[in-house]
Amino acid sequence: MSDKRQNPISAFLAAPPDTMGKTLFVAVAVCLVASMIVAAVAVALRPVQEANSLIDKQRSILGLAGLLEPGMNVPETFAQAFESQYLELATGEFTDRSDVVGLSDREIADDPALSRALADDPAAIIRQGNFVQIYILRNDTGGVKKVILPIHGYGLWSTLYGFIAIEADGNSIFGLQFYDHAETPGLGAEVDNPRWKAMWNGKRLVDAQGVLQIQVAKAPSAAGEDFHIDALAGATLTSAGVNNLVRFWMGDEGYAPFLEKMKAGEI
Amino acid sequence: MQTRKTMLVDPLVDNNPITLQVLGICSALAVTSSMTVALVMTIAVVVVTAFSSMFISMIRNQIPGSIRIIVQMVIIASLVIMVDQVLKAYAFEISKTLSVFVGLIITNCIVMGRAEAFAMKNPPLDSFIDGVGNGLGYGVILMLVGFIRELFGSGSVFGFTILETANNGGWYVPNGLMLLPPSAFFVIGLIIWAFRTWKPKQVEAREYSIQSVGAHA
Repeated sequence: MSDKRQNPISAFLAAPPDTMGKTLFVAVAVCLVASMIVAAVAVALRPVQEANSLIDKQRSILGLAGLLEPGMNVPETFAQAFESQYLELATGEFTDRSDVVGLSDREIADDPALSRALADDPAAIIRQGNFVQIYILRNDTGGVKKVILPIHGYGLWSTLYGFIAIEADGNSIFGLQFYDHAETPGLGAEVDNPRWKAMWNGKRLVDAQGVLQIQVAKAPSAAGEDFHIDALAGATLTSAGVNNLVRFWMGDEGYAPFLEKMKAGEI
Repeated sequence: MQTRKTMLVDPLVDNNPITLQVLGICSALAVTSSMTVALVMTIAVVVVTAFSSMFISMIRNQIPGSIRIIVQMVIIASLVIMVDQVLKAYAFEISKTLSVFVGLIITNCIVMGRAEAFAMKNPPLDSFIDGVGNGLGYGVILMLVGFIRELFGSGSVFGFTILETANNGGWYVPNGLMLLPPSAFFVIGLIIWAFRTWKPKQVEAREYSIQSVGAHA
């Protein structure tokens, strides 16, 4: 008689766990509870995570432009310092097309209507967006001081995402900085070494004949030291990757049309 | 008889999951090239082992034997995803260097081992303490290996320069092997040797015996 009065839930809990019904119940219940908790955590933390990755990118751009100071308010300084523009790579013109503005570079490259598959693809980019978001640093009189151009390409293990800063002459490099990569710590990850990055400052992209000469290599360049960055010791493939991606993005498929316009003073 | 204190202290040296049970070696190779990363990994593993053991222990009488491993995996995996999300939100720089290795805590044998060997048979609080102890036992070795690898591989400890490397104008030429995963094999091997010399009880019995046989006449 006492069995009948027992609450059905506690009767179910007291039953041996190895029955078919209970196995199914436990499987479904554990999965449901776990997935709800995971989903709740992911949704609750997403805004903080996205803010983090944006600040990380902005910090990297500020650092590249030489404006980063410890303890500064990164988003605020960033918004004040830089003019952001969407650039159409093929023409070198700025665009304000409503279907492009507001998208991230990765979203543009993922959209078949706004990107193209690369036939000649030394940097293993596969799909290149037709538009990129660039950042312009202006001087007091409104002229261009530096432009910050996003670049990416494959190294040894990973795609390296970064920026290159070009001076107002459209030919001199101010600096290079990667903000996202997964190269070998201590070897390929030395692309983050300040001493190595400092070597980029003052190098030039094209020679007097307009031929793209910049390269990352172990051997000195025939074109001269102005166009040569010493490759990283012990990181042959990462160095080759950086060489490929910089030459690709500075070439005709990349920013060459835009840099020509800069040289002509049209920006 | 195990008391709560021995549950916490035993796994540090006497019953260490890495040196005695030789579990969790793969992740110990991957995350020990710098001490900061090793420390964050230690904290993540302690949290996951402790809480997964506790939750599994709470429902241990309801888990059917036929699907128990999968139920344990679901709980462990959920906790690992939560740790990963929290790191991405509040320790972004470190989560960038840890990248895939946080996810790989799911496959860490220590977490599964404690769930299966301890939490399925013991009450929640004991399981929690056992989880903390084993997580710390893993962490002690991780920090030790991380210290050796970072000091000799990068000349620094927790990112602070101890031996000025030749790359930055100092005298120390770093040992590049120390930064690559195989070096952790050598370091862990040497640590196991040292532990077993210190505590001969940990030496395993031979699985075979050497016999001397007289030569045929």
